[in-house]
Amino acid sequence: MTEVKSPEVPAPPAAVPGELTEATSRWGRLRPFLPLVALAVALLLPYSTLHLPGIFEGALNSPGTLQLLAVCLVFGGLAAGYDLLFGRTGMLSFGHALYFAAGVYGTDILITRFGLSLWQAAPLAIIGGTILAGLLGAVALRTVGIAFAMVTLAFAQVGAILVARDFGGLTGGEEGLPLDVAGLPDGLVGVANTVNLYWLALAYLAVVVLVVHRVSASPTGRVLAGLRDDERRIGVLGLDPYRFKLVAFTLAGGLAAAGGVVYCLIVGGASPHITGSELTLSLLVMVVLGGPGTRWGPVLGGIGYMYLDHRLVSFGTSDAVDALPAFLSRPLSEPLFVLGTVFILAVYFFPGGLASLTSRLSLLRDSLRPGTRR
Amino acid sequence: MDTIILLTLTGLGLAALYFLVASGLSLVFGLADVLNFAHGLFLGVGAYATWWAAGNLPGAGPDGLGFVVAVAFGVAAGTLMAVLVELVLIRPLYSRTIEQVLVTVGLSLAGVALLQATWGADARPFPRPAWTREVTSILGAQVPNGGLLLIVAALLVLGAILAFLRWTRYGLIIRAGVENREMVTALGIDVRKAFTLVFAIGGAAAALAGSLGSVYFGTVSPQQGGSLLIFAFIVVVIGGMGSVVGSAYAAVAVGLLQQFVNYYGTSGLGDICVVALLAVVLLLRPQGIAGKAVTA
Amino acid sequence: MTEPVLTVEDLSVRIAGLHILQGVSFTVAPTGVTVLLGRNGVGKTTTLRAVVGLTPPGGEVRGTVRMGAQSLLAQRTHRLVRGGLGYVPEDRCVFAGLTVAENLRLAERRGSTPAYDRVFALFPELDRRSRQRAGSLSGGQQQMLAIGRVLLNDNRLLLVDEPTKGLAPKVVTEVAEVLERVAESVPVLLVEQNLAVVRRLARDAVVLAAGRVAWAGDAQELLLETALTRSLLGVGSAEGHQPAADHQPAEAAVDQVAARPAGAASAPEDGS
Repeated sequence: MTEVKSPEVPAPPAAVPGELTEATSRWGRLRPFLPLVALAVALLLPYSTLHLPGIFEGALNSPGTLQLLAVCLVFGGLAAGYDLLFGRTGMLSFGHALYFAAGVYGTDILITRFGLSLWQAAPLAIIGGTILAGLLGAVALRTVGIAFAMVTLAFAQVGAILVARDFGGLTGGEEGLPLDVAGLPDGLVGVANTVNLYWLALAYLAVVVLVVHRVSASPTGRVLAGLRDDERRIGVLGLDPYRFKLVAFTLAGGLAAAGGVVYCLIVGGASPHITGSELTLSLLVMVVLGGPGTRWGPVLGGIGYMYLDHRLVSFGTSDAVDALPAFLSRPLSEPLFVLGTVFILAVYFFPGGLASLTSRLSLLRDSLRPGTRR
Repeated sequence: MDTIILLTLTGLGLAALYFLVASGLSLVFGLADVLNFAHGLFLGVGAYATWWAAGNLPGAGPDGLGFVVAVAFGVAAGTLMAVLVELVLIRPLYSRTIEQVLVTVGLSLAGVALLQATWGADARPFPRPAWTREVTSILGAQVPNGGLLLIVAALLVLGAILAFLRWTRYGLIIRAGVENREMVTALGIDVRKAFTLVFAIGGAAAALAGSLGSVYFGTVSPQQGGSLLIFAFIVVVIGGMGSVVGSAYAAVAVGLLQQFVNYYGTSGLGDICVVALLAVVLLLRPQGIAGKAVTA
Repeated sequence: MTEPVLTVEDLSVRIAGLHILQGVSFTVAPTGVTVLLGRNGVGKTTTLRAVVGLTPPGGEVRGTVRMGAQSLLAQRTHRLVRGGLGYVPEDRCVFAGLTVAENLRLAERRGSTPAYDRVFALFPELDRRSRQRAGSLSGGQQQMLAIGRVLLNDNRLLLVDEPTKGLAPKVVTEVAEVLERVAESVPVLLVEQNLAVVRRLARDAVVLAAGRVAWAGDAQELLLETALTRSLLGVGSAEGHQPAADHQPAEAAVDQVAARPAGAASAPEDGS
């Protein structure tokens, strides 16, 4: 079989409006710096006392706002890590919550029940979560496709049961386990220090983004992309798909566990709802909404999802919604109803997620500029 | 001895519930390749529709014939819901498996939230005939009637589905389609009609599970479907996707294992043993006890 | 010559980024067997599946395919089949879990009487084994069933994909005999690797190479030209390839040649 190039479409010579070209090329030069600009804005944000009514309840640097932002950033990182599996390797895991929960509960239990310091507990929790992902991945990856999804779902369910039934009296069962602050450094304790947690979350997100980008740009990343597109071709090349998938699975598990450590510090403890399959499902929603396999899509999807999840509650109880008839106002006050509906619509109408919007826009732009090819 | 009989029968009651949910899931997956996360929603719709009918629908009530009418209404609502989901949401995404899973995920999130918005997040007492709260003495064991009702219903559904699959033309098409869908169309048959049909069957069975499960537990809550769904998935995988008989065997194995280990071991240990059973079955026989390979 | 029963014009198929067919055009005569030849992986099966509307999801099909005046592309498979296009797939694809009788019953259609007489006259074995599960039949019997269930209805054209693949030499002869009888009443477009079977059945031949039609014309003429046959199909002269003798070696030879780089052997009309 030979690959034959499609005949080149002769580009009609056409006058290009000068302004348009200049504007777009300037934009093109600026684009690589956008993440840095965003990072700078995020770093400076806690110094701002700006009030954005309707968007945040307090000032930007109020502890409430900072905590919400910190949670959003952590989930941006989690979604980017999950995308390493779903968007970049094509693995549909329904058990990612398990490794996140391992980080959250691992940290919490080691500090609160065993009296370790954060500096001991955090590395142990991350290493533990990574090893867990490696072991369970080694079993689950013997299956593929839907069976793989089921097995990971079932493994995560065991984690949820272990936490909920409170084996050995470690997890606090249904009530959860508040974090004992005695084991924490002073800089992470107290409402006044929320800003430090915010920076921690930002650092976590930056690390995940960096790791995911490095991995996908590496030869391993190209193999993973090959697995996503057609696993047989990788097998034909003499590479073992199992080992590459296991590497991705373990790495994603470790990143999730690290996110769990940060999350545990931000919310000051662990509660059983983070162990459920709903968490994995929402990670999937975040990635798909953002744009699977894209550079920034999953991050934006994660941040946006968590923001909406929190803010829609107060949106639902706002006067504007309350004024609507009950059959509208009640569903609108359920964040998951709104997000679930948006998600379904996105699957139909924006299969590439948020990230595809920019390429759609540039397609539109290019169609206005005959004579140039992307 | 009577403890063992009690555990066996309550375990079978649980198995009956799993089977009612899993049989539809298995057929839908086997024929249409749709991993249906919204199946728990059909269960919730069935339960709430029964609950609503018992209080509001003329002729329906919590007792006697009225109860039968209420359950029938719940089953009809679940069936209608399932058919609508197939026609409106699944069909346009035909053969795009991942998108179909994503849509059912979104639907399960939104649907449960909608139930919660309409009837509140807390469990509500479920109207049920007085006799279902009583117990029957079987060989010295006091067995709750609600559980026996589930067992009888599951056996009837199993018999009905098997008879349908064996003796009707659409049953034949479904059995053939589970094996090789493409070849069914290559014989001049519009296989998509069969998709709608398996969704309807699955929706009806799940809605029945919702109604009778609520009778058994005495309450109804929006999250009920979700927690049952995971074990139903496990039953489907162990039993082999697309095999109704496999689902029945697997449901019995899972229900009994769970009940006995939870009683004689620590509470919760049974659930973990079920997952261990899944892992063992998948490692030894990736295609499940019966049915086609689940590697696609 | 009379109107062709099937006209394929400029058919292109792209699957998962691979341009498998690149503008294939040929016709199928209204009587007899037209055989579609070519090395492994050249797109013979892809052609048949595109005609019957079974290109895998995500695949892209362009061009025109007409049966008589009716345009086939963009129609759904079950409608095409009901319109008289019978399809016997590669590897038989009988429903292994169903009985022989059920496999046949599946092909029955509302509004037309199933021609069980015709099927059982050709394959008395199917009548005798009607209660047996199709999965427990031998390869040859499964092939009979796959052809039989298509013959239960009247067809305007049969597409038959490698019916002798993997069968014992004696069974190959039986299948060839059956196809010969079938072709007396309905035109057949046949994909076949076994040149002895081709010689016995085929009137016209279409040879694919590199995603295009490399040769089309009288089948017997093609088989006589040893050098041409070798360069197009990568096998030696048809002499010595009796149906009973060595189907396997012939297939192995095809595999061997097909494994060579695409440029190593070029067909005369290949690459415009």
